[in-house]
Amino acid sequence: MTTTSHASTKTPIIAIRNLQKSFGTNQVLTDINLDVVKGEVVCVIGPSGSGKSTMLRCINTLETPTGGSIVVDGMDMTDLDLDIDAARTRIGMVFQSFNLFAHLTVRENLTIAQTKVLRRSKAEANKVAEANLAKVGLSEKMEAKPGSLSGGQQQRVAIARALSMDPDVMLFDEPTSALDPETVGDVLQVMRNLAEAGMTMVVVTHEMEFARQVADRVVFMDGGVVVEAGPAKDVIGNPQEQRTKDFLSRVLHPGQLG
Amino acid sequence: MSVPTASEDGRQTGPAVPAATATPKAKMSKRQKAKLSRGIQYAILVVIAVLVAVFADWPTLIDSFGRIDIATGMFPDVITMALKNTVVYTFLGFALGLVIALFVALMRLSSVGVYRWLATIYIEFFRGLPALVVFLVLGFGMPVAFPGFNLPQLIIIMIALGLVSSAYMAETIRAGIQAVPKGQIEAARSLGMSSSRAMFTIVLPQAMRIILPPLTNELILLAKDSSLAYILGSSVDGRELAALGRAEIVNTANLTPFIVIALCYLIITIPLSYLSRVLERKYGSADSGVK
Ligand SMILES: Nc1ncnc2c1ncn2[C@@H]1O[C@H](COP(=O)(O)OP(=O)(O)OP(=O)(O)O)[C@@H](O)[C@H]1O
Ligand SMILES: [Mg+2]
Repeated sequence: MTTTSHASTKTPIIAIRNLQKSFGTNQVLTDINLDVVKGEVVCVIGPSGSGKSTMLRCINTLETPTGGSIVVDGMDMTDLDLDIDAARTRIGMVFQSFNLFAHLTVRENLTIAQTKVLRRSKAEANKVAEANLAKVGLSEKMEAKPGSLSGGQQQRVAIARALSMDPDVMLFDEPTSALDPETVGDVLQVMRNLAEAGMTMVVVTHEMEFARQVADRVVFMDGGVVVEAGPAKDVIGNPQEQRTKDFLSRVLHPGQLG
Repeated sequence: MSVPTASEDGRQTGPAVPAATATPKAKMSKRQKAKLSRGIQYAILVVIAVLVAVFADWPTLIDSFGRIDIATGMFPDVITMALKNTVVYTFLGFALGLVIALFVALMRLSSVGVYRWLATIYIEFFRGLPALVVFLVLGFGMPVAFPGFNLPQLIIIMIALGLVSSAYMAETIRAGIQAVPKGQIEAARSLGMSSSRAMFTIVLPQAMRIILPPLTNELILLAKDSSLAYILGSSVDGRELAALGRAEIVNTANLTPFIVIALCYLIITIPLSYLSRVLERKYGSADSGVK
């Protein structure tokens, strides 16, 4: 079980139990168990193909789990009677490739789901959008088209777009992997601020430094299971499992191959 | 061949391309060859034009195709009735075709197997059928098979043109939708949009840049296909360009109406081709920065 002592004291806002996911005959997630409590920042690390993205996408059912259960904020995400669209408004998601709506301005990107899904008034949606764009430091880009922004700026807008729905949790799937090195810092800083403000976050990342500094807990995944989980200083600083040690030595000291 | 190109090369590479290596040299000679072959083509065209001009029987030609009196006699009906009807038939058929095409394209992309299957059959069926056959079946087959089936001419023409154009447009729309990155739908769904809202507010507007130029081409094809309406033997004031042209040819025992009709089709189609090219240029280049 991956539940740590401080997590067990509160009811989890995300509870993943025996999660399984197969694509055809390819079983990608074998048996995932993970609890995230309110305000916690969990970083998920692991080698390519270990199922990190799949696990994250199962949480808001962009991928439909083939087994087990996922409860977010008391909503059973695998329940067929659940209003999945309403449930997803509680869960913000940030993608590796930003996925800003290319035909809309930044303002429209930030307001379209507020007005069409949450049925907020135009004025209210604009106010929320302005506040969130300020949070990511891009107020002057309100009327810009995504195509005119740098990768780092686009990703910050994507974070602001997700935040504009006032979600209870935020999921990040390698938010800095597609970025030029010089813009990575800005995005990580925005995420740091968000963590400090108490947002519940699950972050799939290869940024070990970020995980070490910001994560309350680090989860190491390999081969569709959680191999090791615990405080960042333990999992990254003093891993217990051989697979974790091998992975960390590869990513922390990429020079020493073989 | 090789002698002139070699000498051209020597002249060209000297002053014009100072840092030339073997590769630009080869390119120059290729360009020279192209120039030469273009020259030959022009020469052939000129020869053909001259031969036509010399050997054509001009008095007879003008007498059968260029009678000004017959041409002017066709106005204003050719514009106020025939051209107008062609435009009306084309747009009605196009509008219906577009609606059907959107449905079929969405069915084709559905996760429900039966829908995909039906859509594929529909597309293959109507794409493979000549427009003439569709007109004949709707105009003469259906009333025989279903005695109650006697729709107004205009509706039959609209349905026939709609069916003919919908299969091709469905494929165009499908291709446009599929060209929009999947991440756009995922982002929309993750914000709580339903799949149909994501389709209509996020995917289709972006698919338009890919869909619009070929749809304009389809409109041109449809303007020409609308000439098949004549086989339904429409009433006098329902005549479009082709029907009027045929009637006038019979009336006047002269072929001049053909020329007038041809020019009228060009009045419709040339602006559309221009529009299609403008759309293609606009969306083709706007694409680059956006992903
Ligand atoms: N839609 C899909 N269809 C089929 N197989 C898939 C699909 N998505 C993921 N997979 C497979 O699932 C496995 C895990 O993929 P996943 O993207 O979750 O890994 P990951 O840990 O996020 O890797 P990376 O670090 O490269 O992003 C891979 O073997 C992949 O091929
Ligand atoms: Mg991944």
